[in-house]
Amino acid sequence: MKIRRIKELLDAQVLCGEEYLDNEVYSACGSDMMSDVLAFVKDQAVLLTGLVNPQVIRTAEMMDMKCIVFVRSKMPTADMIALAKQTGIVLLASKLRMYEACGKLYAGGLTGGMENE
Amino acid sequence: MSEPLRFHFDVDGSNFTSAGEASIQIKQKLRQLGFAPDIIKRVAISMYEGEINMVIHAGGGTADVYVLPETIKIVLEDHGPGIADVELAMQEGFSTAPDSVRSLGFGAGMGLPNMKRYTDNMIIETELGKGTKITMTVNVPRQ
Repeated sequence: MKIRRIKELLDAQVLCGEEYLDNEVYSACGSDMMSDVLAFVKDQAVLLTGLVNPQVIRTAEMMDMKCIVFVRSKMPTADMIALAKQTGIVLLASKLRMYEACGKLYAGGLTGGMENE
Repeated sequence: MSEPLRFHFDVDGSNFTSAGEASIQIKQKLRQLGFAPDIIKRVAISMYEGEINMVIHAGGGTADVYVLPETIKIVLEDHGPGIADVELAMQEGFSTAPDSVRSLGFGAGMGLPNMKRYTDNMIIETELGKGTKITMTVNVPRQ
């Protein structure tokens, strides 16, 4: 799925990384616990979260993720946006709650990437 | 190359925001040195969890990374309170972190287990009231 399609499905605002919207991603995960992301994420390139602090961006960077979607109308700070720009991570913001946002992406064909486990 | 490349970092214990900066720098260095992405990821995650731990529990510390073609060694050292029960601390889900840390997305009791999970060897030396030294190694398979 192109990141642009995620933006459309979640009616999301692009906060940075407009130039990467045509990049393809193949799976996603949703979590507010960064420790869990570090423990369980494999190659999922998209993180959906309601957590807002700079460690969200760093965690995504450690995991080589391409896109972070902030749910529940959460807005990252200017520092976080600057950090994401540096690393080339797309930041999206959606009004949807976590469950709905994940559900829409899953129904749209973006799975958790764990089907073969 | 017989002498390892060495990188030293001071981890600022007063600033949760800057935690992870050393790991990011190591990630970039290892990328420049041409290591495989999965090796880089394992080193970066382990070191990052260690950095977060030092900031949460120990008021900061130091991180030294020794890079050889066949192995990468990460040494994290702090002068914090030490770990009272290492076996318990190694259990997934056990945490002594305050709720304030949990609201930041950490403190779920996954730090040390993650560090062990992503490295080939991890040694914890700790003394109550003195501090903790963690040595982790990641082996680099021959290409």
